[in-house]
Amino acid sequence: MTVVVRTITRILFPIALVFGGYVIMHGHLTPGGGFQGGAVAASALAMVVVAFGAKSLSGKKGLLSALESLGGVAFAALGFLGLGVTFFANVLAGSGGLFGNPVPYGPNPGDLNTAGTLPLMNWAVGFKVLAGLGAVVLLFALFGGEHDR
Amino acid sequence: MSAHAPILAIAVPLLGGFATPLLAKLHKRIRDLWVLLIVLFVGVAVGYVAVHVFTQGIWVYVLGARHPQETVVSGGFPIRIMLVVDAMGAFMGVITALMALVAFPAALKYLPEEEGKTLALTLGSLLLAGIMGMAYTGDLFNFFVFLEVTSIAACALIGFRTWTSRAPEAAFKTMLLFSVSGLLFLLAVAFLYGEYGALNLAYVSVLLRGSAVDRLALALFLGALLMKAAAAPVHFWAPDAYGEAPAVKALLLVVNTQVSLYGLWRVLFTLYGGILDTTVGWLVVAMGLLTMVVAAFMALAQTDLGRLVAYGAVSQIGYMLLGVGVGLVTMSGRPDYGLVAMKGGIFHMLNDALTVGLLFLCVAAVELVKGTRDLRELGGLGHGLPEVALFFLVASLALAGIPPLNGFASKILIYEGSFRASPILAAVAVLTSILLLAVFARAFQGAFLGPRVNVEVRVPWPILVSMGVLAVGILILGLVPGFFVEAMVTPAAKALWLGRSLYLSAVLGG
Repeated sequence: MTVVVRTITRILFPIALVFGGYVIMHGHLTPGGGFQGGAVAASALAMVVVAFGAKSLSGKKGLLSALESLGGVAFAALGFLGLGVTFFANVLAGSGGLFGNPVPYGPNPGDLNTAGTLPLMNWAVGFKVLAGLGAVVLLFALFGGEHDR
Repeated sequence: MSAHAPILAIAVPLLGGFATPLLAKLHKRIRDLWVLLIVLFVGVAVGYVAVHVFTQGIWVYVLGARHPQETVVSGGFPIRIMLVVDAMGAFMGVITALMALVAFPAALKYLPEEEGKTLALTLGSLLLAGIMGMAYTGDLFNFFVFLEVTSIAACALIGFRTWTSRAPEAAFKTMLLFSVSGLLFLLAVAFLYGEYGALNLAYVSVLLRGSAVDRLALALFLGALLMKAAAAPVHFWAPDAYGEAPAVKALLLVVNTQVSLYGLWRVLFTLYGGILDTTVGWLVVAMGLLTMVVAAFMALAQTDLGRLVAYGAVSQIGYMLLGVGVGLVTMSGRPDYGLVAMKGGIFHMLNDALTVGLLFLCVAAVELVKGTRDLRELGGLGHGLPEVALFFLVASLALAGIPPLNGFASKILIYEGSFRASPILAAVAVLTSILLLAVFARAFQGAFLGPRVNVEVRVPWPILVSMGVLAVGILILGLVPGFFVEAMVTPAAKALWLGRSLYLSAVLGG
């Protein structure tokens, strides 16, 4: 791709990643969440594939695959965290610790430190979607071959 | 831990599936051990749930609640995802766990490392989790989610051998059918949600009025689940799928069709049990007859051993539909023979899993040894592989319903029950069985009889052990069917036929 596309990709890549992270992090407060944020972050990878070619990322296949598995494991493990009560029980909510603040009533800007295990699950899903979607785009580009372009 | 057994039977294979690729990076042995542990764990959990349900009644487990039995919030409204395991669900779980226990150890030896064994094991675990979820869930949307989990895992397993020409085609065909089936199911759930604002199966069941929208939803449910269960005329994905998936994994695909049938029973008897008339029952009976006859004739024309067995498997779906369909037809009067037919249909699910599973393992062994499944090239394998030939013979006789094997035990119940409903039904069923006997006699002759051929490759012992376990199961179920019918099948049949009010009160109280 041309130098214009490459330069803009260099600028936008971190922004897209950060925005994806923002959507994941605020999943329990605003529209969006793990899946949407992960998809936004994966679009950053797609941008790199378009601008620099799939070869530039082909070394990252193992990393993406591991990240995807980790996301899935983390999600299921968070479900197991509640086993003292019931599976998927939100043991962190209202505990006062990590994400454990009580949810404020009335109009408020939103407290990030609430909702217990939900934000953690959002992160797990986010990483899974980022890695999974990124891997799909990357593999399509890699197997598409040179003569397709 | 034992208080959480139903959800663990679903969550452990899910977690295990995701963790498998990570552990494979450490060492292949660790991965194999891990997969075995998961399957063993599922077997133990399912066994525990089954014993509990058969002795103490329905087991309800609510996810994320303050305690596992907190089914409703104030006002009697169930909001959380819950698992409701009655005798039928527990029975389905037992079938699933049994086949997983047979399939996974064999798969560890059967799948070549360079063909992506890790991914096949991962997909197998996910498929297992999806099937267990469908068997245990008490929530319509949750059922859809697990339906999709099984669809995706199954399609990926079918298209697993991407370097062959036929596997991707089979996977594409299956994916098309499964997607349509999933969408139909989702649409039906959306209709019910729009009308009643609830997704809990028991709660919706109480509210159902039988309006036009409800009937439309019923039609969509029927279409979706029959499509997934490979009933004619939408059976055509199954032979491709069974034939192309790594043969050991085809065992789980067989259970996948059965759990779709289980979903159909759940929808018909529990969800729509209050408003159903006999028309739907006759429709199910007609689909059953059509499926068994069409599949048996298609099996007659096959030259590929895998596809032949697959059509045999599809025709057995017809027997289950016939048995339970007769039960549906006679739901209003509830005569004894209706229950007999239902017992036959439900017992046949277990028997079919064993016989078809054994047949697929035999196909896997033949393919491993000769590198082909084409009956025109095979022959004379009985000299070099006497065990496999014996197992194939036992399984084909069982599938055709020859006493004293298990297929006879369940088919005789179906014949008895359906004869009382209408002699024509029983006649068609018997004739189809004879046709299947002819089909499998020809297959046996084509593959195993004839002049001696040299066999260089040995069949790995885990596959032989799995075959032996299934063959012994076929014999035991055929020799003492009474014990199993009384212990598991009758409670399962009664849970559907008479147990709707118990199911509803277990969830909603009172």
